Amino acid sequence: MGNKQTIFTAQQLDAYQDCTYFTRKEILRLFYRYRDLAPQLVPLDYTNHPDVKLPYELIGSMPELKDNPFRQRIAEVFSEDGEGNMTLDDFLDMFSVLSEMAPRDLKAYYAFKIYDFNNDDFICKSDLEKTLNKLTRNELTEDEVRMVCEKVIDEADLDNDGRLSLEDFQHMIVRAPDFLSTFHIRI
Amino acid sequence: MDYNVNICETDIDYENLADGEPAQDFSFNPINEPETSTQNCPEILEMEVFKECTDVQSNRSSSTSDESLDREEISHLQRHGWSAATVKVLASMPSRTAELNKSRRVRYQASSHESPHCSRPVQGASVLADVEEINTEGLNFCAAENNMDQLVSSLQGLSVSEGTRKLRAMPLSLADKIEIRKVAFSLKTESSFIGRNIPCYTHLSMYISTTWRHCLFSCLPVFSSFKLWHSALKTLSGRYGTGVLSYFLFLRTLLFLNLLLFVITGLFLIFPQAIYPPRSSKADFSGIELLTGTGYFSDSLMFYGYYSNGTLHGDQYRMPAAYFFTIGFTLFIICIILVYRLSKSFGKNFQVLKSNENLAVKVFSCWDFKVSKKISVRLQSEKISTQLKEQLSEMIKGEDKKTCMQQLRRLIVHLLAWTACLISIFLGTIGVHYLSENKFNFNFKTILQAHNLPEDTELLVLSAVVSGINLLLPGFFNLCVWAEKYESPGTRVYVSVFRNLLLKVSVIGVLCYHWLKSIPANGLKCWESFVGQELYRLLVMDFIVTVVYTLLGEFLWRVFSQTILQKKRKPVFDIARNVLELIYGQTLTWIGVLFAPLLPAVQLIKLIVLFYMKERSLILNCQASRKPWRATQMTTLFICILWFPSFLGTVVTIIYTVWIIKPSENCGPFRNLTTMFEGGQMSTRHLEDAHPILKWLSWVYDCLVDNPVFLFLASGVFLMVIYFQAQVVDGQRKIVSRLEKQIENEGKDKKFLIAKLQDLCK
Repeated sequence: MGNKQTIFTAQQLDAYQDCTYFTRKEILRLFYRYRDLAPQLVPLDYTNHPDVKLPYELIGSMPELKDNPFRQRIAEVFSEDGEGNMTLDDFLDMFSVLSEMAPRDLKAYYAFKIYDFNNDDFICKSDLEKTLNKLTRNELTEDEVRMVCEKVIDEADLDNDGRLSLEDFQHMIVRAPDFLSTFHIRI
Repeated sequence: MDYNVNICETDIDYENLADGEPAQDFSFNPINEPETSTQNCPEILEMEVFKECTDVQSNRSSSTSDESLDREEISHLQRHGWSAATVKVLASMPSRTAELNKSRRVRYQASSHESPHCSRPVQGASVLADVEEINTEGLNFCAAENNMDQLVSSLQGLSVSEGTRKLRAMPLSLADKIEIRKVAFSLKTESSFIGRNIPCYTHLSMYISTTWRHCLFSCLPVFSSFKLWHSALKTLSGRYGTGVLSYFLFLRTLLFLNLLLFVITGLFLIFPQAIYPPRSSKADFSGIELLTGTGYFSDSLMFYGYYSNGTLHGDQYRMPAAYFFTIGFTLFIICIILVYRLSKSFGKNFQVLKSNENLAVKVFSCWDFKVSKKISVRLQSEKISTQLKEQLSEMIKGEDKKTCMQQLRRLIVHLLAWTACLISIFLGTIGVHYLSENKFNFNFKTILQAHNLPEDTELLVLSAVVSGINLLLPGFFNLCVWAEKYESPGTRVYVSVFRNLLLKVSVIGVLCYHWLKSIPANGLKCWESFVGQELYRLLVMDFIVTVVYTLLGEFLWRVFSQTILQKKRKPVFDIARNVLELIYGQTLTWIGVLFAPLLPAVQLIKLIVLFYMKERSLILNCQASRKPWRATQMTTLFICILWFPSFLGTVVTIIYTVWIIKPSENCGPFRNLTTMFEGGQMSTRHLEDAHPILKWLSWVYDCLVDNPVFLFLASGVFLMVIYFQAQVVDGQRKIVSRLEKQIENEGKDKKFLIAKLQDLCK
């Protein structure tokens, strides 16, 4: 189709297309979504790789993310600086991993990172507690939360160190048939 | 670009909640409690293989001499005890290095860790607190730098599409991927590899598949909204749990069954007869007919007596044939549907991989990220917390040890309760029996005349009494269950269901006996219509009583329990009573199809009204049970009850009627015949004469269906097939458990080797 757009060079678009799960059209559509968050900050010309970062507040106000209890973690995991401020690359990467075409291992990797609140490469008990409280909006009692955390670690911890490593997590996700359909944001 | 994600399209099918989670083997003793011993076996993997657990425990206890060694081993396995050499060796394990999808993220570690970390791991590692993470991270970071070259070289060796796929699946940042791509594919030209080197048809198929996927996703909310009451059921399931949900799902199933029944009888019986009425209606319409079914209704499409025994529209449509075959056909279709649903439910309970819904998996894969509306998010949270609570309640279900006296006392209480219930059922049944035979010799007519009520009201007495019994006795059963103090809510529901079932079966049994034995001999003008009217009255009275009870009774009970009994919680929805009410109504409808073809329409209206009323009453007056419990097998149980006593009983009744009882002489499509079955036989003969092609059908029937040898052979073959399938499932289960054991042993081997490595490195 005709490349009449002037936002990216042809090589940039090709590179994006090869490195994400999006087609050219979708990349452009995502760019416009990104730009709509802050039209005055995002230039219309990305050919010279401008260094533009949107603050987390804008990202977290997107309709797809605004009511998601994990939105802050998602933004932190995919952002370059780890604080949630995202460049266009980060933005594309995030939605590419969360699209329906991404394979399970890739999604499991990022899901692990999202649920790892203290960024220590392990999901420990406190991470699990935070996850549960976010999932249930603090409706479970402390006892129940504790029991669930214990049971989860019992079930999934294969190397017996009291917390979940990436391998444990991936091993467990293999047996979750809905994981691919739930860890998915449609944009 | 649709970001108005609708509530309907985004959830895991909640129907699977109710039934698809086999926590234990399904036997007809659903009170099986799962062992809690898995919590004592940390080495057991996720699958809750109870037998394996006890095996391992016994193994561990037998090797007591190795226990001290075990303890040492375990301490060696804690990562902070690993020496640097061990860590280095482990980091270069095949499962950790060259695999791209296990490499650590380079992104913000690159910014936070500087390169000197690279040289750290080999010396002085024990000084730092969380040495192992930095070690492995640092190692992998170094490995990652080397990995960059490794990645690039690995990509270069592959074909274009393979390389692109591998590149996309790397867990690296987009900027890094673009760099790798630039280096790896720098020899080729700049254009994207999606465009080149891919044959046209792949491109086209990709395009088609993506377009199809987009269409599907945009159509999905539309389809979901077609599914009846989908959103209402989602709300209910989230708030009240799977037990209550299974009741409403069952109601919906019955609704569709009745709709099917109504459509078939409507098309083939009611519609033709409506167009060609045999004679005009004689009586006037007064209000009481809606209750009694007599008067205006008695000579209408509603009942058997109206249907002609001749042919309609000239010589084309034979009513007796149509009647016979339509009823047979509907029963056959319903039989097939019920058997199919039953087998599907059973199949879910006998799944080979028993534990595919364990808690860890649920916690990490239950949150649907597509959900974006605030209300849907809140509902989803509610649903998840209800599910987690239910699973927890199952986990902590341990029986407290009771003393001998307490056990004896409980036994006596159980016996008393059961005796009381059985006696009450017996009394109720006897009462209905005597009333129907009018052995009490009440003279209703004088009483009614004294109050200036029309005579037909006398007919309402039987149905009123039956409905009264159906209203009061379940309350009595609830009292007994409350006195028995069962520990788990699940057990309570099952016991209540069984008692209610006994009640309904006896009532319907005695009524059927009355209809089939005494009424045809009574010398009524049109006994089938009379039976149809009785059924109609029963159904309508049941409906009225249920409406009154739901609107007033549950409301009053809630007020009573909160003000006078001073309970802080609202009462719990009574699943057993309501489900058995549904099954009772459905049984009456099925029996009544033969005698009153419009009865499914009445039942249809009743079910629709019932759904909305019960839903309202639930939200106003009831609350979720304090102890949530997982109703994994409720739907299976309900369909089972629907199949075995209800449907099979109906079929037996109808076959008995058709085969043995003489139809009345003056009305209906089978008048002047010895049995209705004969009417069917005559019709087949007529059909064969009219269309000689069908002679082979009757030949097939005579040779195969009528022939006992063939039936024996067919049942023998079916039994063998069932046996083989059962053996296959059994074998698969054995293989799965063996593989689980193997995985466990591999884990043990790994731990052993790590410990030995530690020793060697020291």
